[in-house]
Amino acid sequence: MGIVRQAARVAWKDLRIELRSGEIVFTMAFFAALLAVIHSFVFPVDPKLVRAAVPGMLWVSIAFAGTIGLGRAFDREREHDTMRALLLAPVPRVAVFLGKTLAITGLVLAVTAVCVPVLAFLLDAPLFSEFWLLVLVLVLGAIGIAIVGTVFAASLLKVRSRDVLLPVVMYPLLVPLFVAGTSATAALIAEKANLDRAWYWIVFLGLYDAAFLVLSLWIFESLVIE
Amino acid sequence: MPAAGAIDRVRIDKVGKRYGSERALAGVSLELAAGSMCALLGHNGAGKTTLVGIVSTLVRQSSGKVAYEAAGKSVAAEAVRREIGLLAHASLCYGELTAVENLAFFAGLYGVDAGRAAIGKLLDRVGLEPRARDRAARTYSRGMLQRLALARALLAKPSLVLLDEPFTGLDRGGALALGEQLGELRAAGAIVVVVTHDLEAIAGRVDHVAVLRRGQLVHEARGAYDYEQLKDLYHRHAN
Repeated sequence: MGIVRQAARVAWKDLRIELRSGEIVFTMAFFAALLAVIHSFVFPVDPKLVRAAVPGMLWVSIAFAGTIGLGRAFDREREHDTMRALLLAPVPRVAVFLGKTLAITGLVLAVTAVCVPVLAFLLDAPLFSEFWLLVLVLVLGAIGIAIVGTVFAASLLKVRSRDVLLPVVMYPLLVPLFVAGTSATAALIAEKANLDRAWYWIVFLGLYDAAFLVLSLWIFESLVIE
Repeated sequence: MPAAGAIDRVRIDKVGKRYGSERALAGVSLELAAGSMCALLGHNGAGKTTLVGIVSTLVRQSSGKVAYEAAGKSVAAEAVRREIGLLAHASLCYGELTAVENLAFFAGLYGVDAGRAAIGKLLDRVGLEPRARDRAARTYSRGMLQRLALARALLAKPSLVLLDEPFTGLDRGGALALGEQLGELRAAGAIVVVVTHDLEAIAGRVDHVAVLRRGQLVHEARGAYDYEQLKDLYHRHAN
């Protein structure tokens, strides 16, 4: 219980700072919306093509905007070396990891809340046809991005070229997540939604998140201690 | 009278640290006891901050061992962190939060009283003026940030106080007041370790001096030192 409470405390601190400054969420959301707009320009609005291309557009927008947010969220911990203060606190260090992951999940979900309606509107994409299942896919995807991203962003905190390195080391591990996310989304927005196929990928996403959560909890402390 | 669980001895045994091919510390052994104030002296790059980092549990040593004891029993890592108050080069506080919010957040993590009265009392102690307390910390001057950082370090009444250049940014009055507080901490039974180049501020207060040079402990002595003695020690051993 202590771990959950302390993780919530760390997450709430991050979200409180973000609510006050709006710096990360506005930048991410604006960038995500911009990507969606660019996608809408470069692809013709053809219903058949849209159904095939929109899942990829959605997940690319989430991935790129999410990376910006991840980098900035950890830059904040670097500015006054506050990550050290968190690691020095007498709480299990996994609580710090879980708290940061929780806050970043919130930020990535905020981006999806912008991307989905913008893409649906600009490309007339049927993203709301299986709305709650799509929400489940996006939540699982956001959790996965946050788990993997938090581990790498925290471990690269002291590295000079971290902004360049973060996507380079993170994206290869996120490939299965993006494959599952786009496949599940494609199955949900198909002319006749393929729910069996969607559930297959949803389960895959759940297993991916669980596997990386266990791995991250195991290695986080050894990665962040100098 | 130290609180239950308070660290009363730290044994640093042949501790070494390498960053890649660079040697930051080599076989440093030191013993710190409750109710003492140790001045870690040395030029820039001598390894003082690395040693403080290792003792604070934030840096992993490459060799050797650091043992923490409370009433003769060794203390586990998580419990050690509860007893450490660290004042580092950076403030370790969030610029977007006010002084009160910063301290309330960390008080929550340390499980100590986060009431406004308790925080106000602590901020009075470090001399952070009341009208600044509800302003975002990013608007603070260097000296004000240092006072907030000190309040954060002392928040959980630590028994092992590690201060890395604590007098930076403080005016003469602030430095003297901090010196007095360090004396009080020592008198209350804490282990105080001060890394500083401001020998005047610690003169007459330290009872243990360790001088590092290029990662090695080159001199260690116990006793009371005035400014001239400290200066002489520094010049003889740090160079």
